[in-house]
Amino acid sequence: MTTTSRWRALTHHHLFWPVAVLIALLLVNVPFTPGFFSIDMTDGHLYGSLVSIVLFGSPLILVAVGMTLVIATGGIDLSVGAVVAITGALTCSYISDQTDQNTLSAVFLAMGIGLVAAVVCGLWNGFLVARMGIQPIIATLIIMVAGRGVAQLITDGQIITVNSEPYKLIGGGYWLTLPFSVFVVTAVVAVTVALTRRTALGLLVESVGGNAEASRLVGIRSTRIKIMVYMFCALCAGIAGLMISSNTSAADGNNAGLWIELDAILAVVIGGTSLAGGRFSIGGTVVGALVIQTLTTTIYTIGVPTQTNLVFKAAVVIVVCLLQSPKFRAKVFGAKGPEGPRRDAAPVEPAPAADAAPKMEVSR
Amino acid sequence: MSATAQTPKAAPRGSTASRARATRLLGDRRLPVLVTAALFIAMYVAGLSRYQNYGFGEPQVFLNLFIDNGYLLVAAIGATFVIMSGGIDLSVGSMIGFTTMFTAWLVERQGLPLLLVVPLALAVGAFGGFLMGYVIHNFEIQPFIVTLAGLFLFRGLCLVISKESISINDASVGTLAQTRVSLGVGDLSIGAVVALVVLAVAAYVLHYTRFGRRVYAIGGNEQSALLMGLPLGGTKIAVYTVSGFCSALAGLLFMLYIQSGDPLHAVGMELDAIAAVVIGGTLLTGGSGYVLGTLFGVLVLGLIKSVITFEGTLSSWWTKIATGVLLCAFILIQRTMTSRRKA
Repeated sequence: MTTTSRWRALTHHHLFWPVAVLIALLLVNVPFTPGFFSIDMTDGHLYGSLVSIVLFGSPLILVAVGMTLVIATGGIDLSVGAVVAITGALTCSYISDQTDQNTLSAVFLAMGIGLVAAVVCGLWNGFLVARMGIQPIIATLIIMVAGRGVAQLITDGQIITVNSEPYKLIGGGYWLTLPFSVFVVTAVVAVTVALTRRTALGLLVESVGGNAEASRLVGIRSTRIKIMVYMFCALCAGIAGLMISSNTSAADGNNAGLWIELDAILAVVIGGTSLAGGRFSIGGTVVGALVIQTLTTTIYTIGVPTQTNLVFKAAVVIVVCLLQSPKFRAKVFGAKGPEGPRRDAAPVEPAPAADAAPKMEVSR
Repeated sequence: MSATAQTPKAAPRGSTASRARATRLLGDRRLPVLVTAALFIAMYVAGLSRYQNYGFGEPQVFLNLFIDNGYLLVAAIGATFVIMSGGIDLSVGSMIGFTTMFTAWLVERQGLPLLLVVPLALAVGAFGGFLMGYVIHNFEIQPFIVTLAGLFLFRGLCLVISKESISINDASVGTLAQTRVSLGVGDLSIGAVVALVVLAVAAYVLHYTRFGRRVYAIGGNEQSALLMGLPLGGTKIAVYTVSGFCSALAGLLFMLYIQSGDPLHAVGMELDAIAAVVIGGTLLTGGSGYVLGTLFGVLVLGLIKSVITFEGTLSSWWTKIATGVLLCAFILIQRTMTSRRKA
């Protein structure tokens, strides 16, 4: 009985399904790639499929973490892809203008310029959404459309390449045997979790997402919270932009971060954050982003033609959304009542009856 | 919100009424369309005076706006229906890409006659839209995320058909693409004519049929529409079906225009379509707007492209920046208008 209740507690944890999907996806690889889980040490760097999943997934994790907070306030940010492109373009064009591209101060200044531009984009989005009261999809559409144009304007339509060792470190370098980007991601995620879960900030964000007007009436400055959240999201996108351009040592105004906003939203949804706003899970988002990256890697390794990648993604979106839809669950699982309670049944379930039941299947 | 655009013509006379008149003018639903039309005319006149010696004034330059943007017009009309009902459709671009790919594959690789392929492609598009509408309505998932899945799915299906572009050498397609309808001062392509026909049909359906009224009503206030007893589900699903159909038709026109199928055709065209609808004055919250506005929205976007071509020194990315700036300006106009109306 205790194992049953423990099992129930486990399956009802909000991270259970995302993690289960991630593990299942990882296991799918094993028959196709025998050494999938092995990690080798070469030249003092760790190599292996798991490492590369984390390495290539890190920009997505960053963007998705920022997106989580925006979605938690009931908004959405479509402009992150354009912000990625702008940041990369500004930083790379500044570095490429230097005579000595390896100077640390120049690289830091360039990154600063890029990140400031990103934050300004976020400020603009937040201003439109919070002050002007424009729907988030539309407000952020402006930068999504114009931002790529601006990025191309900065790079003059060219792909700017840089040859800077310090800059290369952020997205493609190694530090203490691990890819440096892993440390950046860990730092950002840790700071975000600390700020949202160890202070009242997370609660405020959730309450603004739950009901912006009610939050304002109880004295929460919902406008300020919203603007902050959009700025944070743009900052995360900016850091991701640095990573992407650093990894390829080039800034491509047209293709850098293309469709990353969609992947990020997908990651957030897989992680269990509701698109309606009001609650969020940073951990879930990180797992969600890893699921997407693992899916991409899996498609490469098991030899399915890579072009079906998007079809798989579409299937994942549909399945995840259907599972999250209360109406769908009521129609499909509710109709087959005896099949057993799913994760949604928990709140209405009389707890003693469930404990007394020997098996999950007959508890109703 | 009623769908009618009837504003009393007889404004109160006298100086005391001038403020009331100003308020009424700002509250007029036709204002955004008029602003867009005025903008278009202003841009055209500016273009005339600047590029007079380069043949900008020729009627054919004006008609080319329709020839070069016919597919966008059809796609934007589909998007108008969806946005008018308060939803959004992100799958437009990939549906266009998929249709070009699908038809090219059927015509070139499978050797099916065009007469059979066209209805098939349209049916697939409409069915795709129907499916999305069905999921949106029956499972109450946000349109944004469902059509996002549609975007992935159709773009993915393009790539499943073929990774490389398929050029179309079919004789009937070639003839159709070359056919020009003479208008005296210039000529239009088949695509442009089809687009104008679609425009007329859409204007009729949206403004003069029961279905059109329901679309407005649902976009205005879904709850009230439901309480009035309007068939909410059927209308919503129909709106997405219309959008899917229009996207597929736009795909066919695009295929005719460019005579090939390519998995990367029309990437991001949903943004152009949405931008055209917004610039055309349709409220993004739904319930207010005109199909004619969408036409002007598309024409303004098309004119930006032609002006950039005529200018010669400007690069193509200025199109994106100009679109973004216009989008921003019109969203802000909409915002001030709606807040005035509430006050």
